[in-house]
Amino acid sequence: MSEVGHESGGRLPSLEEAGVGAPAGQGRPWIRVVLPAHLRTLAGVRGEVSLDLAGEVTQRAVLDALEQRYPMLKGTIRDRETAKRRAFVRFFACEEDLSHDPPDAPLPARVVAGEEPFCVVGAIAGG
Amino acid sequence: MSKVRVLVGTRKGAFVMTSDGARRDWRVEGPFFGGWEVYHVSGSPVDPDRLYASQSTGWFGQLVQRSDDGGKSWNPVDNDLSYDGDTGMHQWYDGSLRPWEFTRVWHLEPSPLDRDTVFAGVQDAAIFRSDDAGGSWSELPGLRKHGTAPDWAPGAGGMCLHTIVIDRGDPSRMFAAISAAGVFRTLDAGKSWEPINRGLRSAHMPDEDAEVGHCVHRIAMHPSRPNVLFMQKHWDVMRSDDGGDHWHEISGDLPTDFGFPVAINSNQPDTVYVVPITSDSEHYVPEGKLRVYRSKVGGNEWEPLTRGLPQSNCYVNILRDAMAVDELDSCGVYFGTTGGQVYASADDGDTWEAIVRDLPAVLSVEVQTLP
Repeated sequence: MSEVGHESGGRLPSLEEAGVGAPAGQGRPWIRVVLPAHLRTLAGVRGEVSLDLAGEVTQRAVLDALEQRYPMLKGTIRDRETAKRRAFVRFFACEEDLSHDPPDAPLPARVVAGEEPFCVVGAIAGG
Repeated sequence: MSKVRVLVGTRKGAFVMTSDGARRDWRVEGPFFGGWEVYHVSGSPVDPDRLYASQSTGWFGQLVQRSDDGGKSWNPVDNDLSYDGDTGMHQWYDGSLRPWEFTRVWHLEPSPLDRDTVFAGVQDAAIFRSDDAGGSWSELPGLRKHGTAPDWAPGAGGMCLHTIVIDRGDPSRMFAAISAAGVFRTLDAGKSWEPINRGLRSAHMPDEDAEVGHCVHRIAMHPSRPNVLFMQKHWDVMRSDDGGDHWHEISGDLPTDFGFPVAINSNQPDTVYVVPITSDSEHYVPEGKLRVYRSKVGGNEWEPLTRGLPQSNCYVNILRDAMAVDELDSCGVYFGTTGGQVYASADDGDTWEAIVRDLPAVLSVEVQTLP
């Protein structure tokens, strides 16, 4: 698996700059990931993150690639030991809640095609 | 001229406050890690520009941050604080057994000898050590695997290891305090631990003087007297003169002996500070008056310190890690409140001024005395 993370500048990049629209490795589309604000700050990114995944595009593959590119995110989305999703984190895409899907299930075709982002969302709780 | 740097952790970020030795004019920087709970910020006694911060939220878990420039910039270090082997079971609130589960880092205690060594006290209670400035962590499992551990129970804040005291003269001798288990001592740098709770009595347990189960809120040691320990327990202010082998009560004439922090004047090892709180179910200062109590004789005889502190309509709490002293002469005393004030005294507690008044609830206060 190869992966490339994009953009960490001081402004929101255009989709083109972020790699969206231009092909990733070997003509593959970029996998787009939206992070919640606290995790964007932690990772030092703004806007979407784009990842180049060579293999099957699953929750696990996306999160593995994300954590490889941004190691400071380890443990913030998934438990470091069990790899289980943290209780107050959800995964949305294509207007569907994928939080309870098996981590190795393929993600929706529009996410694989780079047409829709895979969204990591902090649950509405607390202050 | 010496300077002081006050490190403040709050419910919504960290703040760094600096002043010269007069301790009148303050520069306040922050919030760092805005929106995150910062349970503790501490600095290395060996390299004061090396700071550590415990950053967490219920959403995204635990991070540990390190600064190598006195808090100007920060970088996350390793946050893999995995228990060593079988997690074991402890008491739950209802008396059932529950497995250990990591929640957060309550306290970061840098080594007094090595700039790269730092200890972390965590919830559920355990102690970790890093010898590469937070780059990796290893549990010292002898504490969590002590034979009494199945009898440990959480206090209202969870089952947390919140206090680590290192004997500067012999750093292999350390003390750790756990709510609600009690105080533990190691003489071999953390390989083995023994409970040292003889003399404590806690009415929340069927056996009031049991070996473990006591809700110790904070302990303090003056570096010049490593065998004298002061303790603020859930109820009762206690003292030991034999390194924790025995404890006796020194609450004396305090208006209430419930409270959280205890601190010792850096120049006068028998001068002790506590902040009495109304009760275990009324976590605010009594009578609407914020009063620090000082004993100049090592306990039992206490005087209220009120000048500069609100004496009406005040209902804040001062949490266990939220009081500290500097090393200047006269001693500076600092504390933060759940109402977001950070108060400083530059004269041993005689008079107080607020450095800031409107922060998020203060979780911790540490002070560095800088050249």
